[in-house]
Amino acid sequence: MTKTFLLNQANRAGALLTAGALLLLTGCGKNDGAGGKKQAIANIGSDTMVNLAIAWADAYAKVDPSVSVEVNGGGSGQGVAALINNSCEIANCSRKFEEKEIADFDAKHPGKEPKEYMVGYDALSVFVHKDNPMTEISIEELQQMYAKDGKLAKWSDLGVSNIPGAKGDEIILVSRQNNSGTYHYFREAIVGKKNEMRLGTVDMNGSKDVVDLISKTPNAIGYSGMGYATPAVKHLRISKKKGEKAVEPTIATTLDKTYPIARPMFMYTAGDPSPQIKKYLDWIISDAGQKIVEETGYVPLPK
Amino acid sequence: MQAYVTDKQPAPPGSATATRLKQQRGRVEMLGERVIEVLIHLCGFSAIIFVFGIFFFVFREGAPFLAKLNLGEFLFSTEWFPTSQTHAKYGVAALIVGTLSVTSLAMVIAVPFGLGAAVFVSEFCTGKAKETLKVVIELLAAIPSVVWGFIGLTVMAPIIIKTFQVPIGVNMFNGALLLALMSVPIMVSIGEDALKAVPDSYREAAIAMGATKWQLIWRVLLPAAKNGLLAAVLLGVGRAIGETMAVLMATGHSVRIPHSIFDPVRTLTATIAAELGETSKGSDHYQSLFLIGILLFSITFVVNLAADLIVKGVRKR
Repeated sequence: MTKTFLLNQANRAGALLTAGALLLLTGCGKNDGAGGKKQAIANIGSDTMVNLAIAWADAYAKVDPSVSVEVNGGGSGQGVAALINNSCEIANCSRKFEEKEIADFDAKHPGKEPKEYMVGYDALSVFVHKDNPMTEISIEELQQMYAKDGKLAKWSDLGVSNIPGAKGDEIILVSRQNNSGTYHYFREAIVGKKNEMRLGTVDMNGSKDVVDLISKTPNAIGYSGMGYATPAVKHLRISKKKGEKAVEPTIATTLDKTYPIARPMFMYTAGDPSPQIKKYLDWIISDAGQKIVEETGYVPLPK
Repeated sequence: MQAYVTDKQPAPPGSATATRLKQQRGRVEMLGERVIEVLIHLCGFSAIIFVFGIFFFVFREGAPFLAKLNLGEFLFSTEWFPTSQTHAKYGVAALIVGTLSVTSLAMVIAVPFGLGAAVFVSEFCTGKAKETLKVVIELLAAIPSVVWGFIGLTVMAPIIIKTFQVPIGVNMFNGALLLALMSVPIMVSIGEDALKAVPDSYREAAIAMGATKWQLIWRVLLPAAKNGLLAAVLLGVGRAIGETMAVLMATGHSVRIPHSIFDPVRTLTATIAAELGETSKGSDHYQSLFLIGILLFSITFVVNLAADLIVKGVRKR
């Protein structure tokens, strides 16, 4: 989904800084250690996963100081291209390899296959103010609210009235800046690839800011990663169509795929990974790595 | 006297040694003088080099887009869909309106307060109170804009919802209030200087004619310091237009033409700040953001130039 959005310069700078800091940190410890050259693992891909990947890389520096993981964003498509061209060891992907990409890969790497590791899930919650009486919403209704030609603009259209503290009937749509991975996934999942988001949404600059604003605005509705929930906001159960059973966003419903706005996140290597990379991927899937998944607001793998 | 003369004492004036020493010292001093002179020249010119360097860079990144773009659509369309997968649109009219509306509202709030404070500090305050007030006002200028933005987002937003019975607290009014608070210190310090520059003979003459304090300020001081005060206001405007972080956090960052001062808006600066970090270098979106930069550059350039010309007008008088 984010493949058209190439290098995230802020993230790249962040990653470089992180890498630099890691070099410094681990460099100190290395002098009295066994020595040897530090191995760099290039890790490129999905913008949705970039914060998680950086968090992993940071934490892993303490686990295995002989390795430095260098993270870059750029989008899933960039990660795939980098893996095919041998310019990275691990590709982050918030979707599966497409058939064409697998064919390209085979052409460049005869006898190898892109090896897939599922590393966690990304689930979006739809939040409203904690005093909002609403408990569930359908994808259709969200589409009518967020799409450019959508027809829902008032709370009364949804049958919601008397939100305590709300002023007027207007629905304040909270969204994200238009190049965030979350924005892209939400746009694709709710309003559709070919449609546009409504103009006039309040675009916040971070997942946490969305929740902060909703907690202070009784008229608001917005979306953010499931892990960003706070007691001041309420998440809604989501149904595919009005009248169908609405599903609570939980780790369990994400895992059994009944929750409609969630997707798995993958890491790919070209064929079987080297022992050091294998160790890193195993650590990511281990409890220690999955704890970071939960801490950064994503859904960890089932135990 | 002869008894005190030792080897270490300076050679008597007029002797050959003394002349040589003087020449030597002169040469070192001359050299130092030259070095410092060159350094200061460099400092002066570097400012010009930097300004042109920045302008060149911004223009180089943004200009290629001018060829691909319908300038009319860029300036007058409100459709800002830079990341659309099917039909990207780059209309910044709503952003221009956002910047201008927030800035004007900020000035409506800031000008009376800023100039009023300047008059108070310059004409009514004396001694300790004056010094304290000046320090405190300057302190206001030292608060980082991200802190202002945070206050707007977390403290003022709920208050605005409750007080004005509006659906959303991060809006034009919130942003304008912050910008007003940020530009008041500039207006006060420059405005006070302008008032101070009015010769005391004007005050004495007015009082001798039996003018009240109000008449003195309104009929004598304000007209006399008019240009300086105008420059103070324009520099405040420049500050408000260029401000980014506070408006990004407090205006709601929403692409729309506002219908009331309590509608959320989005400014040119905040758009660049929010989106530039995640666009790929050289893409249409990236270039369009630099084009916004050029637009912003032109606006602030005009404002600063106006302020400058007006200050020059003051000097001539």
